[in-house]
Amino acid sequence: MLRYLGKRFLLILPTIFVPLILVFLLLRLSPGDPAGMMLGDQATAEQIAALRNQLGLDQPIWVQFLFWIRGIVTLDLGNSIFFREPVMQIIPRYAGVTILLAVVALALAVLIGVTLGLISAMNRNKPIDRGVVTAAVLGISLPEFWFALLLIFVFAVTLRWFPVAGYNPPTAGLIAFGATIFLPALALGVRQSALMTRMMRSSMLDVLNEPYITTARAQGLPESTVIGRYAMRTAAMPVITVAGLSAGYLLGGAVTIEIIFALPGLGRMLVEAVGRRDYPLVEGGVLAISLVLAVLNLVIDLIYAILDPRIRYQ
Amino acid sequence: MTAHITPLPAETVSPGAARKTVLEVENLSLAFRNADGLLPIVTDVSFAIAEGEAVALVGESGCGKSITASAIMGIAPDNAEIAGNITLNGTVISALPPKDRRRLCGRHMGFIFQEPMTALHPTLSIGRQMTDTLRHNLGLSHKDATDRAAELLDRVGIPRARDILRGYVHELSGGMRQRVMIALAISCGPSLIIADEPTTALDVTIQAQVLDLLEDMRRELNLAMLFITHDLEVVGDFCEKAVVMYAGDVVERGFSADIVRSPAHPYARGLIDAVPAHDDGRTRLTPILGTVPPVGQWPEGCRFAPRCGRADAQCRTRPSLERHGVTDARCWHPLEDRP
Amino acid sequence: MSMTQATSPDRLAGGDEESFVTTNKPVWQRLVANPTAMTSIILLVVLALSAVLAPLLAPGNPLKVSPADRFIPPGAEHYFGTDNLGRDMFNMVLHGGRTSLFVGLVVTAISMSVAVVLGAISGFYRQVDMVLMRIVDGLMAFPGIVLATAAAAIMGPSMSTVITSLSIVLVAPSLRVVRGQVLVVRELQMIEAARSVGVPTLRLFTRYILPAVSSPILVQASFIFSAAVLGEAGLSFIGVGIGPKELSWGNALTEARNYIAQAPWIVLFPGLALMLTILALNLLGDSLRDILDPRLARRR
Repeated sequence: MLRYLGKRFLLILPTIFVPLILVFLLLRLSPGDPAGMMLGDQATAEQIAALRNQLGLDQPIWVQFLFWIRGIVTLDLGNSIFFREPVMQIIPRYAGVTILLAVVALALAVLIGVTLGLISAMNRNKPIDRGVVTAAVLGISLPEFWFALLLIFVFAVTLRWFPVAGYNPPTAGLIAFGATIFLPALALGVRQSALMTRMMRSSMLDVLNEPYITTARAQGLPESTVIGRYAMRTAAMPVITVAGLSAGYLLGGAVTIEIIFALPGLGRMLVEAVGRRDYPLVEGGVLAISLVLAVLNLVIDLIYAILDPRIRYQ
Repeated sequence: MTAHITPLPAETVSPGAARKTVLEVENLSLAFRNADGLLPIVTDVSFAIAEGEAVALVGESGCGKSITASAIMGIAPDNAEIAGNITLNGTVISALPPKDRRRLCGRHMGFIFQEPMTALHPTLSIGRQMTDTLRHNLGLSHKDATDRAAELLDRVGIPRARDILRGYVHELSGGMRQRVMIALAISCGPSLIIADEPTTALDVTIQAQVLDLLEDMRRELNLAMLFITHDLEVVGDFCEKAVVMYAGDVVERGFSADIVRSPAHPYARGLIDAVPAHDDGRTRLTPILGTVPPVGQWPEGCRFAPRCGRADAQCRTRPSLERHGVTDARCWHPLEDRP
Repeated sequence: MSMTQATSPDRLAGGDEESFVTTNKPVWQRLVANPTAMTSIILLVVLALSAVLAPLLAPGNPLKVSPADRFIPPGAEHYFGTDNLGRDMFNMVLHGGRTSLFVGLVVTAISMSVAVVLGAISGFYRQVDMVLMRIVDGLMAFPGIVLATAAAAIMGPSMSTVITSLSIVLVAPSLRVVRGQVLVVRELQMIEAARSVGVPTLRLFTRYILPAVSSPILVQASFIFSAAVLGEAGLSFIGVGIGPKELSWGNALTEARNYIAQAPWIVLFPGLALMLTILALNLLGDSLRDILDPRLARRR
C-alpha cells in the first residue's frame, strides 16, 4: 500500500514542477523587463534596478534557477509586491475556499453522474435513457462560466433562492455556507457530472454482463443487492478514475467560477495578482494549485486502492 | 427448507431404492425476442433428475446447454421467452413470478460456473460474498454466517479457511477458486446443483480433484446434479444419465454408460469418436465434419442432417425422440451396431 | 491516471494507444451516412459562414456604442437585442465568432503540427520520449487556464498571448495521441521493411507515419478545436484573454454578467453560440472516432 502510494507520488512530481518551470521560463525569458512592468511607467531607473536586485533578476539565469528551486523546496517565494507580506502567508487564506469549492463540486458531480448513469443503464434504450444520454452530450459541451451565469439568472435573480454572489465560510454555519457554495459548485461540476453520467452508464452496462453478477443472482440475492452492492462496486471504478482526472479541470474551472461568484479563492487571487503584476504571488498561486492538485490526486489514488484490492498488490 | 449440510446415512442413497425426483423438465423451449420476432434457441427439452443423481447435458458449444441451465435457474436474459414446465421438488416453478423464482436460487438450486475467476466478485472478499448469501437466504447473523462460511470452505478442502475468507478471488489458484465456487453453491443447502462446465477452465491435474469434490458433495448431500459438459469421457465416469443436445434439441437421452458404449444417434457417435479413448484400440480420432449451424439457421427437419453421413430424404422431416434399444434418440436412422 | 480532460472531455473513452482500423470506404462517405456527424458538420458550416460573412450579414462596427439604444430586447430591429452600451448583440455574436473561431483554428493548427513533429520524434527516440512524456504528464494534469493566466500576466493579455499559451497547453494531449499511434505504426512490417532497405527517416515520416496517424489526428483536432474555443472564451471572460479592445464571445459575456437581471439576452446569445460551437465540435469528434475506429465504436 505504501509502496503503491509512493509510486503514485513520484508520478505526480512532474505535475508540480512542469507548470512551475514553464512559469519560471516565461517570466525570465519573455521580452520586456518584469521589474519595469511591475512598477509601471512612472518608475525611475533606480527603483527598477532596486527591484531587479530584490527579485534576483540581475543574476545569470542558472543562478536564478537555483534560487528559485531553493525557494520552492523551502516554500519561500518571497514577498508579495502588492500585499507586502510573504507569499506563503497569503496563499493559505485563499486555498481553503478553492479546495472546498472543488471538493463540493466533485461531490455534486459524482452524486449526479452516478445517479443519472445508473438510471440510464437500468432503463437502457428507453426514453428516459435517451433523455439522459442527450443531456449528457449537452452537459459536456456546456461552458461552465456561461452555465454559472444561467444559474444565477434562474436561481438567484429570478427565484431568489440563493445569493447572487459572495461567500460564507463553513464556520458561519452549514446552511449559510451551503447557500453560497451550491451554485458555484454546481456550475463547476456540470461538465464532470455529464462525463460521469456517460462513464457510469457504459460501465454499468458492461458490469451487468459480468459473470459475477449472474453468480450473485444465481445465489438468490435480491436485485437491489445485486445492483447496489455487487454491480455498483465495480461499475463505480471508472467514475473514480474520472474523478481523479477531473481534479485539474476543477481547479482550472474554479478560476472563472470564483470570479463570477466573488469567492475569495486561489483562482481569483491569481487573476487579481496578474492584474497587479504581482509576480511572486502569481508564482505562488501556480505552486499552490500544483500542490492542491497533487494532494487531490493522492487522495483519489488512496480511495482507489481502498476500493479495489487488486491495486494494492500491483 | 432447513440448511443443514449434514450427510445423509449411506443406506438411504443406495441406488436400488426409489429416489425422489428433484428436477423435472418437460418440453422446455426458449426463444429470444428481438426486433425481427422470436429466435428459437432451445426446443422441446425434457429430462428428470432424482436426488443423489448426476445427469450430464452434453453437446458442442452453441447447442443451447448453458441457456437451458439458466432457464432452469430462472436467470435467463430478460428477452427470453420460455415455454414448458419446470418442476422442482414437486412444485411447478416455471409459472412463478421472477421474484419468487429468485428466492429459489441459492436456497434450493445452486449454480457452479465455468470460470470461477470471473464468476466471483473481483473486489468483494470471499467471505463477504459467502456471508451475503448465507445471511440473505438463511437469515443468519453476521457471526453465524462467517462461522458457517469457514465451515463450508473447510468442507470443500480449503486450508486456512478463516484467512481465505478475508482474501479476494485473484489471490487464489484456479482449483481453489472453483472450490470456493462450489462452497458458495452448496452453502444454503440446495437440493439441485447445476454445474456449467465446472472443470473446463482448469488445469488437467486440477480437473480430477474438482470432479472428485463434486462427486463427494453429491454423495454426501444427496444432491441432484445437472452437469453441463462437452466431454463425453467425463460423462461416462461421473454421471448416471446423459442428455445429448444438438442445435437446441435433445438428440439422445439415456444412461450414460449405454450412450457412451453404443450410442443410437450419429451425433452422439461422432462426439464419442472425437474423444481420445484409451481402451478401444482406435488409432485415429474422427472429427465431426462441419460446425453447429448458428441459431436462426437451423435446417427444417433433422438439424444434424447436413453433417450426418446417414442422412437421406426422410431426414427432411423432423424426427421425434423415441426409444431405440436402451436409449431415446431423435433420429430416423439410429445406429444399430450394439454389442 | 495522469491524463486530465482540461481539454477534450472524451479522451477518456478514447484511450491513447489505440490502433485505428480503417476500411476501404472513404471517410467522407461514412461521415455523410452518419446523422450525428452530418448534423455537427452542418452546424459548423453555418457557424463558420456566419463568422466569415459577418461583415456582410452584420455591417458596421460591432463595437459602436449608441447610448440611446440600451437594453432593447430581441426583436425585428435587433435580432438578439442590444447591450448596456446600446451595441447590437447580433453583430457582436457574429463578429465575436470571427475571433473565437480564428483563435480555435490557429491554436488547433499550431498544436497539432507541433504534436505531429514531436510525437514522431518521441515515438522514434527513446531518450527524447522520456523527457517529453514527463513534460506532457505535468502539462496535462495542470489546469491550462491557470498557466494561460500566468502567461497573460507576463506577456500581457493579447491575442498572441492567448494563442501561444493555449497552443502550449493543448500540445500535450495531442502529442500523447500521436506518439501512441507512432509507437504502434513503427512496429508494422512495412515500416520495418522500409527501414531495413534504408528509406530516409524524413521520407519514412511523410510516406508512412503521417498517413497512419492521420485518423487519430483528425479526431483529436476536433476536440482540440473545441478546447481552444472554450479556453479562449474562458480567458477573455475573466479579462486575461484577447484584451478588451477585441471582440469575442468570452469578452461579450464579461460585461454582460453585470446586467443579467435587466437584460438576460446579452448573456444568452454569446453563450449559446459558444455552446453550439463546442457541441458541434465534440459531436464531430465523437462520430469521427466511431467511424475511424470501429473497435471503440462497438464499446458504446
